[in-house]
Amino acid sequence: MNLELQKINGYSVLFVHEERIDAHNSGELKTYLLHLIEQGQIQIVVQLEGVRFIDSSGLGALLSGHKNAITKSGKLALVNVQKQVLSMFELTRLNRVFEIYANVDEALNNDT
Amino acid sequence: MGAEIIQVDVIIPTQTKYLELIGQLGEQIVQKIDTFAADKDTLAYHLNLVLTEATANAIKHAHHNNPEDTVKIAIHIQDDAINIKVYDHGPGFDLQAVLSPDFDQPKEHGMGLFFIRTLMDSVAYIRTEDGNVLEIIKYLRPTGAKPTCS
Repeated sequence: MNLELQKINGYSVLFVHEERIDAHNSGELKTYLLHLIEQGQIQIVVQLEGVRFIDSSGLGALLSGHKNAITKSGKLALVNVQKQVLSMFELTRLNRVFEIYANVDEALNNDT
Repeated sequence: MGAEIIQVDVIIPTQTKYLELIGQLGEQIVQKIDTFAADKDTLAYHLNLVLTEATANAIKHAHHNNPEDTVKIAIHIQDDAINIKVYDHGPGFDLQAVLSPDFDQPKEHGMGLFFIRTLMDSVAYIRTEDGNVLEIIKYLRPTGAKPTCS
């Protein structure tokens, strides 16, 4: 899976350079997020601009990261979520669970 | 045009690397249906998702100790209905026992069948001679209305 991590203003911003997150690569995303959190990087922003498809296992990987970050008093926000991908979060009501912002700048400026 | 029939059968090894192929096949088929005038992009995405979830489910429940095990996916479009059948050779599961997710306490697993049930019109899981088949039907009525009988 093509993932790129950047540190911006104390946040770990993870760029997912994949068109598709499904059961073939979601395990890798889940493991990567868990390692970040284990290393103490608990303020995470996941940038999904290039992702145009996500399945239930992809949602599960992000949910796992979110829950683990929260447990350590951190957070995992999503940015640049494409329309069809966002509709999957809405269908499962996960849009109420995640903080979702238009872009990285907006997520970093909403530090609560 | 109503008499036009599309039938695609694909057999893949029980490996998740083939999910994209199956999903994209469904997505591209929708773009070819001339009689469906409603939101094709949304239906294409939904079919991609449903085929991905159903195939992933079949792979998950397959016999992984047999490297020659396969999953067969059959897509049939006729008379304004898309009929999808996903055949596996695994021990099967009880479809009725799979409950909808608890949205107040979201969990990582169990959303796949929820997507299939929510986005399609009919879902059944049937035991066959040498395995199981998950049969999914989607009616192509732009208003979303389902027929009262067929």
